[in-house]
Amino acid sequence: MIWNESIETMSLEDLKNIQSDHLTQLCRYVYENCPAYKQKFDAHSISLSDINSIDDIVKLPFTTKMDMRDNYPFGLFSRPRTDLVEIHVSSGTTGNPTLVGYTRDDISLWSEVMARTLCCAGAEPDDTVQIAYGYGLFTGGLGFHYGALEMGLTIIPTSSGQTKRQLKIMQDFKPRILCCTPSYCLYMAEEAKELGIDPRSASWYIGIFGAEPWSEAMRGEIEAAWNMLATDVYGLSEIIGPGVSQECTYKEGLHIYSDVFYPEIIDPETGQAVAEGEDGELVVTTLTKQGIPLIRYRTRDIVSMTTEPCKCGRTSPRVSKIKGRTDDMIVVRGINVFPSQIEHVLLGIEGTQPHYQIVIDRAAHKLDQVEIMVEVDEKIFSDEIKQMSALSAKIKKEIEAVLSIGVKVHLVEPKTIERSMGKSKRVVDKRSL
Amino acid sequence: MKITQISVFLENRKGRLSQVCSMLGQAGINIRALTIAETESFGVLRMVVDKPSEAADLFRKNGITANQTAVVAAEVPDKPGGLAEVLKTLSDSDVNVEYMYGFVEKHSENALLVFRFDNPELAARILRENGLKVIDEKGIQGL
Repeated sequence: MIWNESIETMSLEDLKNIQSDHLTQLCRYVYENCPAYKQKFDAHSISLSDINSIDDIVKLPFTTKMDMRDNYPFGLFSRPRTDLVEIHVSSGTTGNPTLVGYTRDDISLWSEVMARTLCCAGAEPDDTVQIAYGYGLFTGGLGFHYGALEMGLTIIPTSSGQTKRQLKIMQDFKPRILCCTPSYCLYMAEEAKELGIDPRSASWYIGIFGAEPWSEAMRGEIEAAWNMLATDVYGLSEIIGPGVSQECTYKEGLHIYSDVFYPEIIDPETGQAVAEGEDGELVVTTLTKQGIPLIRYRTRDIVSMTTEPCKCGRTSPRVSKIKGRTDDMIVVRGINVFPSQIEHVLLGIEGTQPHYQIVIDRAAHKLDQVEIMVEVDEKIFSDEIKQMSALSAKIKKEIEAVLSIGVKVHLVEPKTIERSMGKSKRVVDKRSL
Repeated sequence: MKITQISVFLENRKGRLSQVCSMLGQAGINIRALTIAETESFGVLRMVVDKPSEAADLFRKNGITANQTAVVAAEVPDKPGGLAEVLKTLSDSDVNVEYMYGFVEKHSENALLVFRFDNPELAARILRENGLKVIDEKGIQGL
């Protein structure tokens, strides 16, 4: 079923008219309500009368993660804090985290796009959904929650973790839909087998997986392990959280809700649009958001896009799975990890040179493992094992505090970390994505 | 009366110890005493050599993490209870032994041991005051 048929199957021409109206209003709205945007528009000599159609969007400046950080906490908001009903925070690269906030209408928008998402994946109004994304500051859990509430599904808000209980709940209440990260889904399959549960007999029929990149090969593995349909969901907290785009049951790209989240694919170097179907950076404008609307936000995710009609009847453009990043961010178990965060910690530990390497592996247990290799130089070396072990434990503790995920720390000899062009290779991703 | 110990950081990798030892051998540096402390992923090789400053230079040039620590080498009677007596003397004086190990060769009728103390000066004095022979750098070279 299609949740909002009149919008989701609208002709491209009508869609364009809606987008044009929204963009004109949005520019006036941020210009009048957000001093940071007013300043940005003025600095680029943009007059509101220049923006009359969605095609004029290219005249507008980009918004970046740096803008969010520079204006932390509330500088990029177009509404006072008192109008916000909810805020979410994600870990920042260094220093400030990324803060987003929702007005009551923004929550309605989120509920709407998440209801579209659930339907797009194949949910029916009578369904029960097990939401095993984390609830809390992370947008995953609550985003799905609002969508399911909007649709009137029966929600089981298990949040993440406690695998045994997840499996028992699945067996007892027989939800047809599972929402979690793809790696957690595979991890649960292993756990199920160990507990003597046949994953192929599970009640889960549809999975909505996201918050980390995953491959077609992984989809095959999940579908074979659980005998379910594995679909991909995309989103980022800056735009709304989950609910920016979602695959339909044909699994031929993610439908992006372009009536509210206007997508562009650009060459990250030049900022110019790439030809349809070519790879480029996804840039999104939140056409109707109130709390913290963003204009031409650079997601740094590399994708391609097609406007060809889909067999499912939805007319919204389809975006590919994430093919890469324009920065060095890595996503581990749904958490964004920047090498600079680790650099920061190492620099903070007296005398430690930031020669390090992050190795990510998706080992036998299917959950991503993070290992931090740190080169030991004379400044931090001690002949006493207890000193070295204490150093290793300190690095581990501080990195874990910053990243909010468990890591292993390995002290290694100098020059053992591979260097290319004199610069060490910071990230080795051994996961088969 | 301290002597210099060279410690080397080593990852637990095949052939690593042999590489370090042959590096010393080729440079004509002789290992007099040696011990390895290990953890799951790395080890620390500690040794007393005849030419400590040359060894330190050698490691620095070859990009091997090493440092120098002051340790005390003392003769311990090679008889039952010989070491126990020495350790008791030290603990009675509130001196803490971080770790210790033995020399490759025997020195006269006594065993020669390397002690790592928090305060090597004090420890060496206590050992001497209790009639034990503490060997200095020259003594090491003359072994």
